[in-house]
Amino acid sequence: MNAAKTVWNGVREEPTALWSLIFIMAVCLGGFLAPLLSPYGPGGLDEQRILQAPGSSHWMGTDALGRDLLTRVLYGARVSMTVGIGTALIALLIGTVYGLISGYAGGNLDHLLMRIVDVCYGLPDLLIFILLSLLFGRNIAGVLVALGLVTWVRFARITRGQVLQAKEFVYVEGARAIGASHARIILRHILPNILAPVLVTLTFSVPGAILAESTLSFIGLGINDPYSDWGTSWGTLAQDGWRAMRTYPHIILFPALAIFLTILASNFLGNGLRDILDPRGGSQEK
Amino acid sequence: MARFLLTRLLHGLAVIWVVITLTFVFMRLAPGGPFDRERRLPPEVLANIAAKYHLDEPWLKQYGRYLLGIARGDLGPSYKYVDRGVSDIVTETFPVSALLGVLALGFAVAFSFPLAISAAYYRNSWTDRSCLFLATLGVSLPHFILGALLIWLFSLQLGWLQPGRWEDLTSTVLPTITLGAAPAAYLSYLLRSSLVESLEEDYVRTARAKGLKEATVLFKHALNNSLIPTLTVLGPLSAALITGSFVVEYIFAIPGMGRFFITAVTDRDYPMIMGVTLVYTGLLVSANFFVDLLYSIVDPRIKSH
Repeated sequence: MNAAKTVWNGVREEPTALWSLIFIMAVCLGGFLAPLLSPYGPGGLDEQRILQAPGSSHWMGTDALGRDLLTRVLYGARVSMTVGIGTALIALLIGTVYGLISGYAGGNLDHLLMRIVDVCYGLPDLLIFILLSLLFGRNIAGVLVALGLVTWVRFARITRGQVLQAKEFVYVEGARAIGASHARIILRHILPNILAPVLVTLTFSVPGAILAESTLSFIGLGINDPYSDWGTSWGTLAQDGWRAMRTYPHIILFPALAIFLTILASNFLGNGLRDILDPRGGSQEK
Repeated sequence: MARFLLTRLLHGLAVIWVVITLTFVFMRLAPGGPFDRERRLPPEVLANIAAKYHLDEPWLKQYGRYLLGIARGDLGPSYKYVDRGVSDIVTETFPVSALLGVLALGFAVAFSFPLAISAAYYRNSWTDRSCLFLATLGVSLPHFILGALLIWLFSLQLGWLQPGRWEDLTSTVLPTITLGAAPAAYLSYLLRSSLVESLEEDYVRTARAKGLKEATVLFKHALNNSLIPTLTVLGPLSAALITGSFVVEYIFAIPGMGRFFITAVTDRDYPMIMGVTLVYTGLLVSANFFVDLLYSIVDPRIKSH
């Protein structure tokens, strides 16, 4: 686990990346422990405390139905982090396998597979995402699949490029010469070489997915279960606040801050990882 | 070069065809239809509606009809707006969206160039650090948050600009900034890194050694060469402008194509969804083709592969 050590040492030396990582972990933990952290329920209506400004008993205030906003933001972290990390993992799985096959096989198959990727790259992805989520349903699973299907192309391109390079290395040639199987060559010799750029792409996919999901939930085309006890999307919370912004700006402020800070932290973490893993400086796309 | 451009053109057409087919299949698979109402319509009425919009024909025939229509520039009837075709709505709303997009792109260029140039020239300075910070900030700020913030500050608090009107020049200010911020950030970041690399090249040292003025070295020698990699992002950038536009149009209540798209999705007005998606894809494909064209002129080496 030498690579993990390199990453960890690098992150420790970069304050921005370290704080970003701590923030993201806090958000995950907040979502996970939401029922323990908050004395209020996520859907608990209370006529006595409608539209209260932030104060000592409700740190972020309450909304038009008297729900505690901090509680809703904490539960919302579940949606955003699930969508962010889940999308990145789905895309990673599809894209890496695709790219490995394409790059390792080479020849006509590679040519064909990359043509498909080229076409997918030319699609307006947010539109395709909307169409896919219409098809799969406006729930977390549907959004995950739809976003994953839009995001995988990046992983495919990067993996394939790295495999093509790694194939030319002398030790890969050597492994082939002594009769190592394809599986062994891929797993032992090629995969370790593609880890770094794939990890960077993975980190940048998380904020991209969070951004897409919250935006669509904001305009009313995203996850569609406003009364979920498991968690409501930050985008939906922001939409609630948007309608009341003139008189009660606090309702939009906190969900918006949560979205912005989480995306910002993920981007900072991605920048940090890129600097650590690719010291030549990133000309890679985000 | 002709061969290179021809391949790119074919590629663009392939993308458009894929989008047409995908949207067509999606719309037929997607649950719920535009005529599902709370009040159940009599079966005869439903049958009549289906016959009017050719929904009772086999898929393949519908698909063929749709393709033929597109070839003639007819995107079909809107399910929602009975008296108007999708093409009418698109021709009416497209100029609004296009104006917004052009304004935002102009803002992005006007903002990013001075910032990136001074950041790269005074490397590691205060300007440079704030350029990098602004770039990350810009790509992290969703349109709807920036838009809400601007409206809250300039319309509700300061009362300088009216929100939600698309009439005169002042009403375009906030939407333009909202849509242009992310491209501005992205462009600044890219141009800065590319310029930093150029400034370290031998030809810059040679130019300085010849005793050229700093301005000539910076603007003529370094900047010209940094523009080439920056050109490539015009493609993804137009994609960002396109996808951003319907959020911005939603927030600022701008009567553009994007707002119609959102309503169409909520209403499941399938021909409208397909039509707008197609127009957006066509725009994106043209932008990418234009970039390829520009690229092959600026950098003649490109035609070799």
